[in-house]
Amino acid sequence: MSCNDTSHASGHLHLRPESKEPYAPEVLEQLRVDAAEVIARYPQKRSALLPLLHLVQSVDGYVTGRGVSLCAELLDLTEAEVSGVATFYTQFKRHPNGEYTVGVCTNTLCAVMGGDQIFDTVAEHLGIGHDETTADGKITLERIECNAACDYAPVVMTNWEFFDNQTPDSTVQLVDDLREGKDVRPTRGPDRVCTFKQVSRVLAGFHDGLADQGPGAGPASLLGLRIAKEHGWTAPGDESDSSGDTPTDGKDGSK
Amino acid sequence: MTDTLTPILTKFWDASESWTLATYERNDGYRALRKALDMAPADVLGAVKDSSIRGRGGAGFPTGLKWSFMSPPDGGPRYLVVNADESEPGTCKDIPLMMANPHALIEGAIISSYAIGCEHAFIYLRGEVVHVYRRLLRAVEEARAAGYLGDDVGGKGVKVNITVHAGAGAYICGEETALLDSLEGRRGQPRLKPPFPGAAGLYARPTSVNNVESIASVPGIILRGPDWFKGMGTEKSTGFGIFSLSGHVAHPGQFEAPLGITMRELIELAGGMRQGHRLKFWTPGGSSTPIFTEEHLDVPLDFDSVAAAGSMLGTRALQVFDETVSVVRAVSRWTDFYAHESCGKCTPCREGTWWLRQIMNRIENGKGTQDDIDKLVDICDNILGRSFCALGDAATSPITSAVKYFREEFEAGMHTPAHELFPPGRSVLFDVQTKESSGMVTA
Repeated sequence: MSCNDTSHASGHLHLRPESKEPYAPEVLEQLRVDAAEVIARYPQKRSALLPLLHLVQSVDGYVTGRGVSLCAELLDLTEAEVSGVATFYTQFKRHPNGEYTVGVCTNTLCAVMGGDQIFDTVAEHLGIGHDETTADGKITLERIECNAACDYAPVVMTNWEFFDNQTPDSTVQLVDDLREGKDVRPTRGPDRVCTFKQVSRVLAGFHDGLADQGPGAGPASLLGLRIAKEHGWTAPGDESDSSGDTPTDGKDGSK
Repeated sequence: MTDTLTPILTKFWDASESWTLATYERNDGYRALRKALDMAPADVLGAVKDSSIRGRGGAGFPTGLKWSFMSPPDGGPRYLVVNADESEPGTCKDIPLMMANPHALIEGAIISSYAIGCEHAFIYLRGEVVHVYRRLLRAVEEARAAGYLGDDVGGKGVKVNITVHAGAGAYICGEETALLDSLEGRRGQPRLKPPFPGAAGLYARPTSVNNVESIASVPGIILRGPDWFKGMGTEKSTGFGIFSLSGHVAHPGQFEAPLGITMRELIELAGGMRQGHRLKFWTPGGSSTPIFTEEHLDVPLDFDSVAAAGSMLGTRALQVFDETVSVVRAVSRWTDFYAHESCGKCTPCREGTWWLRQIMNRIENGKGTQDDIDKLVDICDNILGRSFCALGDAATSPITSAVKYFREEFEAGMHTPAHELFPPGRSVLFDVQTKESSGMVTA
């Protein structure tokens, strides 16, 4: 079912041999240029390790052996030290990740509100389980922990963009659209979901220029503000204030 | 008498392009910074101290006091690190704040840096919220272009730079010393204290680690004064905070209110419980805070009143569960979470959460034994206060509080699975062809 043919017995400690093949010269050159920019952000270069591992994923789609070696070389660390860090964090993958990570929140609140049913339905639909990838390499399915959007439960994250108030049907539609290559729009995020590699580059601190897309806030985030306005409630000193900007038809989140 | 709700940080979240510098400046943005730069740093710190603001990340330690406990300047670097690793189950205030109004945090970070003598501040954002990261990166770019960041802030010769750093998925990095290790490029494991970060934090230099909402509240305190801030809230829990209601209320959402508002008031604002259902249990401040029930609806949600009632205000993460929900299933899932997120550094937490998980899962599956409840409580007793950091303590809170209020449901777990007693399909928000299994529990 899964395109992940890494032996599960060796788990995350195992790296496939081909992941250690050297980078093409032009790829390596660009990686070194980008890495220098990342390292320059910090007073001590080891602080660049997490962003550099995101950067490796933006090129290789997971943390490869050659990526580990490069980070070690750039930061004067041993490969064991780099691997020790890479295996600690759940966003770092030790085997090829799908083009889209679809994470269903199954922490208590989302699970109770329907996250368990969503996960079960999507897993059955795709024929894969947690941390497995579809044979076409498109979708990696995950159970994720609380992603700080509980007022929109049940929540599904696709490449770490918010899909709020999901149902089993909406999530099946989501993964079908992703597999068919259709553009998919998050509830609160950019106009379309980027690929795993593209998002990994952003997480390395390279801005992709999409910050101005999408809403500022969703309806649940605005509920208290809306009620306060209806009642004329304000902070002390704001009584005469027309309370800031008037929402327009643009990119406000109240639509 | 303040109003029931007091939109401050949330005040213009509904504006068109609320996240831009232009919108922020139309709403008094960066006026507090200009005012602060005309004050001595010690006076800025003094104002924050006078406001009595207590940290909004859960522990409630006074922010101004934390700053004043930093080792005195010795000519070397001093750091402000903003904890934006919001991951506590139920907590969802900082993420929408940074998405809708990132400049409140950036301005707060600049003023706070000035107050404590920091020239390079860091915002450690959890990595699983990429659009929030874009908004923060963009806000820093805009602030730098406007002269609010850089080597000559506001033309006053003050140097402040901000690096926004993305984590990579680890709840433990919300613990301040684990966060610092992670920011130094290591596994996110907590450090032994003392020394506290104020003496030896990032790169072993004096460091203050503060929550997003605490730092975002600083511009208001500076611009409008400590007395304005103290005019809201209670005597010992001053000011306002964002209260996040989730779960089985009619309309979940964010409510910015003076500390001391009650759950009864908040549920009413959220349109009451979902139609035809009644409250069973709730968390005042995330899964790490002991659960409350209907009897606690009138407890003022301030630090001391919630503590006196046996829980913690935490992050005001109010997760609401109605009568359809098995408390055993809810707690079992939280226990899975703590076992998954335990960093493995200390034995009580690493081993204890593993055993708690085994026992909770078998009780959830109706296969508990006679001794299991006592064993749970005993293990909790051996974790609480004996772990390296608060994660271990937190893992015990839902269990001990749920046994206290709902012991009979744990006893039922000796013979009947939770999904038979409380069919999960009744708790969900959509129609289901009753899929009773909950996948995760494969005892």
